[in-house]
Amino acid sequence: MNAPSEPELLTITLAEGRQRLLAGEVTSGQLTRMFLDRIAATDDEVRAFVTVTAESALEQAAEADALLSRGDATAPLTGLPIGLKDVLMTRGVRTTAGSRMLDSLVPPYDATVVARLRDAGAISLGKLNMDEFAMGSSTEHSAWFPTANPWDHERVPGGSSGGSAAAVAARQCIASLGSDTGGSIRQPASFCGVVGLKPTYGRVSRYGLIAFASSLDQIGPFTSTVEDAALLLQAIAGPDPLDSTCYDEPVPDFSERLERGLDGLRVAAPQEFFGDGMDDDVASAVETALELLAANGALIDRTPSMPSVPMALPVYYILAPSECSANLARFDGVKYGYGARGGESMWADMEATRQHGFGREVKRRILLGAYALSAGYYDAYYLQAQKVRTLIRREFDRVFAEHDVIVAPTAPTVAFKQGEITDPYQMYLNDIFTIPANIAGLPAISVPGGFGHAGMPVGLQFVGQRLDETTLLGVANAYEQLTQWPTFPAGNVGST
Amino acid sequence: MSDTDSNQFTSAQVRHLASLVRIELTDSEVEEFRGELASILSHIDALSEIDTSGVPPTHNGADLINVQDDDASIPAMQRNQVLANAPQREDEYFRVHAVLDQS
Repeated sequence: MNAPSEPELLTITLAEGRQRLLAGEVTSGQLTRMFLDRIAATDDEVRAFVTVTAESALEQAAEADALLSRGDATAPLTGLPIGLKDVLMTRGVRTTAGSRMLDSLVPPYDATVVARLRDAGAISLGKLNMDEFAMGSSTEHSAWFPTANPWDHERVPGGSSGGSAAAVAARQCIASLGSDTGGSIRQPASFCGVVGLKPTYGRVSRYGLIAFASSLDQIGPFTSTVEDAALLLQAIAGPDPLDSTCYDEPVPDFSERLERGLDGLRVAAPQEFFGDGMDDDVASAVETALELLAANGALIDRTPSMPSVPMALPVYYILAPSECSANLARFDGVKYGYGARGGESMWADMEATRQHGFGREVKRRILLGAYALSAGYYDAYYLQAQKVRTLIRREFDRVFAEHDVIVAPTAPTVAFKQGEITDPYQMYLNDIFTIPANIAGLPAISVPGGFGHAGMPVGLQFVGQRLDETTLLGVANAYEQLTQWPTFPAGNVGST
Repeated sequence: MSDTDSNQFTSAQVRHLASLVRIELTDSEVEEFRGELASILSHIDALSEIDTSGVPPTHNGADLINVQDDDASIPAMQRNQVLANAPQREDEYFRVHAVLDQS
């Protein structure tokens, strides 16, 4: 048998990598060096990585190869290189959340998901760029540099987990983790043509995730296949004594129903997800996807109406800034990170710390949250948003009483050009179709759904019932098997 | 509830909000945020049209209440690890400006 060529290996999945490592066709050292070389060759343009941990990755690869050669590689991701969004705490490795505020933070502990991936044998290649404190939809709000979309370097990769999406699409790592508060996994997955999964709120521990909006934040995988998303979710899911918002539910085998097919599947396509604001190329790609699902046995129901869903965006822009104004109060310049000194009082130092440490978008949201929570406005804004949140949850419950999944576009447009959107609210509209799942705490996945304007990827979104990632992954896998859209730009990756 | 006019922010209001959240702003930032906050709120005001009488608020993403831990000790971080990231420290303490008036 011929040794696999490097271009072939660059497109490897977690599942294939596992098989090849076990079969001895390739070593973890080879894979790790190949991806580190790939980062070195491409990241001047893509700029997905804030920190590359080459040395520790190669050490871990050597340990993995020792386990593999002894036949002891029982951990499911042994020796497979991945990347981590820079919002996840990594012991001994600088963690910035894309903010000057944390320029020099070297965490003394690992996030639970980081510890679990290490226990599962995965090798971290480094930390991935993001909008500051996960606030943004383009990764242009990173304090360090913008990340480019691998399909077109003049376009944004989406955000806030833009580095995580771009790294997978540029084949700088096999898979990565991101976080999703209002679409920050699914929208960049859509823009970069890869798979992005936001699990059910409470499925994955948030311990060690630098908090943005705690009632909405959830960690999830970026991969090039749905099968890999199931594998990565398997490694990070499940209750954690360090996060009391985790469901104390047994974790199912997420790969169990990948081959379930579409026959008889009850798919809702609610009107509110197919209305105004969607570009024609996206609408056309999503329409084609619906026809394909129907032709393969799915029962598409376009009649459900969810009249409160258009309110999800306003609800989000009350709740998320409110929660962030409280969460980001911890950055006081005293305990860790950046701290201005030399002012005439403790308050002066703190106010200067937060003036220089936070970027424009973060300040804007903290101010907005403070306003929504302040005396005289609390009932009208924050409490009202929480009540409308209840209405939105109820509408999802009603649809799921008669349907297995909801299908929708992931984002209203394909990736836009860097610098193209300057108005804050126009930027917020990117998340109009992803926010509802966060508001209701439901699992949702974006899978490649064809191509639109300028040859850029379009994402197709499925939303599932609470804690039913298994059905969600099965449906997404069935669609993926029917389409096989490329998850990386051809010509950019070797022989393909 | 609120019409467009009520969403106008004065510079003094923006400065007041900034003081609540302990962020110093430049004059140009105050001006920019004044307009941007008003614009964002004008989109959000549609919320006030929704009838929520009798609807309870949702506080969290999950429907869990009163999750309790076992009353057991677990290892904690060492003091030096915790202090390692402090902008300024002195011995085993975070160093800050005097908080209380010494007079």
